Amino acid sequence: MAKTLFQKVWDAHAVRLLPNGQTQLFIGTHLIHEVTSPQAFGMIRDLGLKVRYPHRTFATVDHIVPTNELREPYSDPIAQEMIEALRKNTRDHGIRFFDTNTGAQGIVHMVGPEQGITQPGTTIACGDSHTATHGAFGAIAFGIGTTQVRDVLATQTLALSPLKVRRIEVNGALAPGVYAKDVILHIIRLLGVNGGLGYAYEYAGSTFDNFSLEERMTVCNMSIEGGARCGYVNPDQKTFDYLKGRPHAPKAAEWDAAVARWRSFASDPGCAYDDIVRIDAASIRPTVTWGITPGQAIFIDEAMPVPATLKDGDRATAEEAYRHMKLAPGLPIKGTKVDVAFLGSCTNGRISDLREVARHLKGRKVKAGLKAIVVPGSQITAAQAEKEGLAEVFRDAGFEWRGAGCSMCLAMNPDKLVGDQLCASSSNRNFKGRQGSITGRTVLMSPLMVAAAAITGEVADAREVFGIR
Amino acid sequence: MSLAKITRIPGRALAVPGDDIDTDRIIPARFLRCVTFDGLGEHAFRDERFTPEGVAREHPMNRPDAREASILVSGQNFGCGSSREHAPQSLWRFGFKAIIAGSFAEIFFGNSTGIGVPCVTLGPGDLAALTAWVQANPAGEVAVDLEAMTVSAGGKVMRAAMPDSARSSLTAGKWDSIADLLEGGAETGRVAKTLPYVA
Ligand code: SF4
Repeated sequence: MAKTLFQKVWDAHAVRLLPNGQTQLFIGTHLIHEVTSPQAFGMIRDLGLKVRYPHRTFATVDHIVPTNELREPYSDPIAQEMIEALRKNTRDHGIRFFDTNTGAQGIVHMVGPEQGITQPGTTIACGDSHTATHGAFGAIAFGIGTTQVRDVLATQTLALSPLKVRRIEVNGALAPGVYAKDVILHIIRLLGVNGGLGYAYEYAGSTFDNFSLEERMTVCNMSIEGGARCGYVNPDQKTFDYLKGRPHAPKAAEWDAAVARWRSFASDPGCAYDDIVRIDAASIRPTVTWGITPGQAIFIDEAMPVPATLKDGDRATAEEAYRHMKLAPGLPIKGTKVDVAFLGSCTNGRISDLREVARHLKGRKVKAGLKAIVVPGSQITAAQAEKEGLAEVFRDAGFEWRGAGCSMCLAMNPDKLVGDQLCASSSNRNFKGRQGSITGRTVLMSPLMVAAAAITGEVADAREVFGIR
Repeated sequence: MSLAKITRIPGRALAVPGDDIDTDRIIPARFLRCVTFDGLGEHAFRDERFTPEGVAREHPMNRPDAREASILVSGQNFGCGSSREHAPQSLWRFGFKAIIAGSFAEIFFGNSTGIGVPCVTLGPGDLAALTAWVQANPAGEVAVDLEAMTVSAGGKVMRAAMPDSARSSLTAGKWDSIADLLEGGAETGRVAKTLPYVA
């Protein structure tokens, strides 16, 4: 019978049916970071349990690391305590830790792919809701809570119920100046922030076939913003080419067998989906959010919606959004004053994002008085960008060039908005207070749109600012 | 592992209305700077309850009797956003032993039921009626019954919903997954051997 990738991966990893009807699912790869793991290690210690497959858990530190000064102790003693707890836990249990001195530290969702740990046809779990990012490689990747991190550490399994699969097909070429970020913001806008509840999203169609692995990651990353716990793209030659030669990818003799196996996990032609959505790539324009949920998004040349014209359930959230954002319904968002520009995060802190922005940024200057920071997602990305001269382009333009980490995506380190500053951000969440100030305001957009905002000092159309047509 | 069977949660309820209440709002990121969950109860909905200067705002959870409530009532897509278990941990530590909403984000739902906090849904009409009743009767008794799958308040009994896997785990006292998962240890080892990338 024809099956989806989701079903095949599920079947290959199902251990047994549990008394409550859920499935005990084997988790082949477990990724951990400093925020959601310390309590889990505490729990297994209290229960007298051990880590069952220490070589299948990989650790990095990302949320709390300062991006301007790596010297320890950190100015925040709690951050120092957290990184030390992770060092101790990984040492005690024999877990590989990509620490800050390894040259390979970074946001957990960048480290897995860079190291070749993220592979097709595998199950991946991480105590982080953006774990779906790894689905770009044809993996089924779950964001989990801390008690489940404990479960994976102790048993390498999770108790889960299967998901339905919605195929989201985007076909055709994107217009110049339109990026993967616009595609996922558009999908969330169409299907809603809870449209994906109970589903895994399978992204497909010629637009995805043509996307690089990094672009696929940008889309899969934000599956959770659309309510879907998993998102994936079927593996293809591009996936294999990306993985070849990476430190944890299969070597020499094992490579061909691995590729054959990976290929076999792709959804079969003619398999049944619980739902199919089709989108024409040409209909997508650069997209920005105007509110406090990622679904509150419009094309850059549209006016912000008037609450009275919205569906019942959306109206109250829209009114709340306008109060928080200090924006007015019915007006264009273009031209809104921007105080901070943040380029980074596991959505858009990759080398291809930095290359694309630097290509257009050359010779331009950040608007006087505006704070602009670039935070490469990983140390490997940072080093690559330095080597290619991208870092210099950013510095020359007036961006602060920072070290690797999550930074202002959620502001658990010292990088925070102040007061009601408005931030043009390439990250994935515009929730109230997300960027470190209760009254801070976030407008989500593609990396090039962040650069356009940095230069003009306002929410701008990158196609006009950079003469893209 | 024998745990309490969770079948019925009676008590006062508190309504925090609104849709798409995300986990950043339930527990702001700065409180994730910790290595234990202790003390998180104080900070539940912190930035909605207090100004940046620490002055209490008008908020249902700031009422003097708020910590006597054991049931939280909210809107659609409750708990969306980050996977932080700190969110249900903070609500539980504040005093909530059950949550009633229009719908729940999946990771939040799993995190909550996994620590023994049932999350049940009501249809929009019943949810609106319950919210209004709770606001008018802060000291009134509400009960979430996981065997009958009902919510009762003010003499009215409403049909509630919850996926059966989570419901039966709670009522059987098996809501903590670890015991079942450990029991499948031998089968886990067999599956591991079939996966080339694990071996
Ligand atoms: S970059 Fe942002 S979304 Fe990604 S893992 Fe870090 S905090 Fe989470």
